[in-house]
Amino acid sequence: MARVEDLAKPAVPAGAGAGDRERGRALNAAARFATRAFSLVVLLIAWELIARSGKVTPFMLPPLSAVIERIYADAASGMLWTNLGVTLARAMAGFFIATVGGIALGAAMSRLRPVRWFFDPLISIGFPMPKIAFLPIIMLWLGVYDVSKISMVVFDAIFPVLTATLAGLAAVDKELIWSARNMGAREHELIWQVALPAALPQIFTGLQVALPIALIVEIVVEMALGGYGLGAAMMSASRFADSRGVFAGIVEIAIVGYALIKAMAAIRRRLLLWHHEAQAPA
Amino acid sequence: MTRVVVRYLPILILALAWEAASRLGLFSSLTLPALGDVAASWLELIRDGDLVSNGLTSMYRGTAGLVLAVVIGGGLGVAMASSRVVNALLAAPIEVFYPLPKSALIPVTVLWLGFGDGSKILLIFLGCMIPVTIGAYNGARGSDQVLLWSARSMGASRLRTLWDVVVPSALPEMLNGIRTALALSFILLVSSELIAAQQGFGYLIGYLGDNGSYPGMFAVVLTVAFLGFAADRLFQLLTGWLLRWRE
Repeated sequence: MARVEDLAKPAVPAGAGAGDRERGRALNAAARFATRAFSLVVLLIAWELIARSGKVTPFMLPPLSAVIERIYADAASGMLWTNLGVTLARAMAGFFIATVGGIALGAAMSRLRPVRWFFDPLISIGFPMPKIAFLPIIMLWLGVYDVSKISMVVFDAIFPVLTATLAGLAAVDKELIWSARNMGAREHELIWQVALPAALPQIFTGLQVALPIALIVEIVVEMALGGYGLGAAMMSASRFADSRGVFAGIVEIAIVGYALIKAMAAIRRRLLLWHHEAQAPA
Repeated sequence: MTRVVVRYLPILILALAWEAASRLGLFSSLTLPALGDVAASWLELIRDGDLVSNGLTSMYRGTAGLVLAVVIGGGLGVAMASSRVVNALLAAPIEVFYPLPKSALIPVTVLWLGFGDGSKILLIFLGCMIPVTIGAYNGARGSDQVLLWSARSMGASRLRTLWDVVVPSALPEMLNGIRTALALSFILLVSSELIAAQQGFGYLIGYLGDNGSYPGMFAVVLTVAFLGFAADRLFQLLTGWLLRWRE
């Protein structure tokens, strides 16, 4: 006679249990995805219906179909790809410099007292400041081209990286450092092989804050200084009262922002595979 | 006292280096006006009222947008945490708007409401609402089930439990969200005024820069930077006071 426990067990031999659970989790994720996709579709249909209802003028809210048509035309003429490439290149260049600079300065501050003494007040004052106000000064010094745009992105995006690196390094387990030192690790080995990897989850959280900031600033800077780029294209559409162009810009920028955030989350999962946060049930 | 001096000494050093660099002619006074000149123009701008009138306009816009964002955003967050229907309705729009770089909304708000106060307030409201909503939602969702049950069993009405149990337990995370929103409100305010406005701090910065009165431009930039810093510090004090019942 089969016991209750046997019935509860999967009919497949042991070892396949993990696969089953995996499938269950995948189904769950699929269901969540379906719900979200469904509500997104509802949202988009609502946009189209409201725009066509006659309650708003097409100038205030052009129908989604017209906006998609516009994006398609921009894509076909190649304008979309030029602007997208320019925006992404500058935002990513600034983000990359902020990442390297922020981690390096953070590491230096956590090891060297004079560096810490000098930069600590600057960071505590600089972090909450609206850095974008310095844009006209950067423009005065560096002009209106790539250098000043990228500098502005770095200026804004470096603070979250820096503070996250400092907090992460400060929270590294003392015993981990002691053991490494005990086993004969040298100072640079300690930083590269012990302290920074141990602080990586927090540093990565800082990067996940910095990336959207980089994109926000890149868009603002393009709007203010002109040239190529998605933000600049939106602004010139707005000047010519071309509302389809403006809404096309919103949709394009929203997709870029969404894709970048998702990509960062995927990289985090991949990079922190060894860390216990990855093993924790989602 | 000495500790404070030692701590903030680097700032003084930088200020002196700035003054020295421009006095010694390392940079032309056009690219880096001496700090003394900047201070003089600041006094001048205060005296003729430009800084005050533009500042008041900016502060009105920022405060109005932020208050709307906190009230409506916080309300939506708590509603999402306590009602499945509201959650299902709002999850998708929030998921879509959360990653949108908020600066992309500047041209849209100009398209809708023009160059005046309305477009700035709408922009700050839209841009700052989502961090508050997410903070309030996470906080309210995390409120202790046992506390909720006890409150209900002791005869508190649903609204009463919401106010006495859910809101206080949502407060720390909500305040965190508001702090993010506060920083964001400054960014959105200044950038929208730089790009499309006829009044406000950002407009004044652009106007002085276009006319080549760089000491004045530096003065306004430093004023805005200081206000952003001071607002954050004040908010942290307020947070400490509001959460003094913890621990």
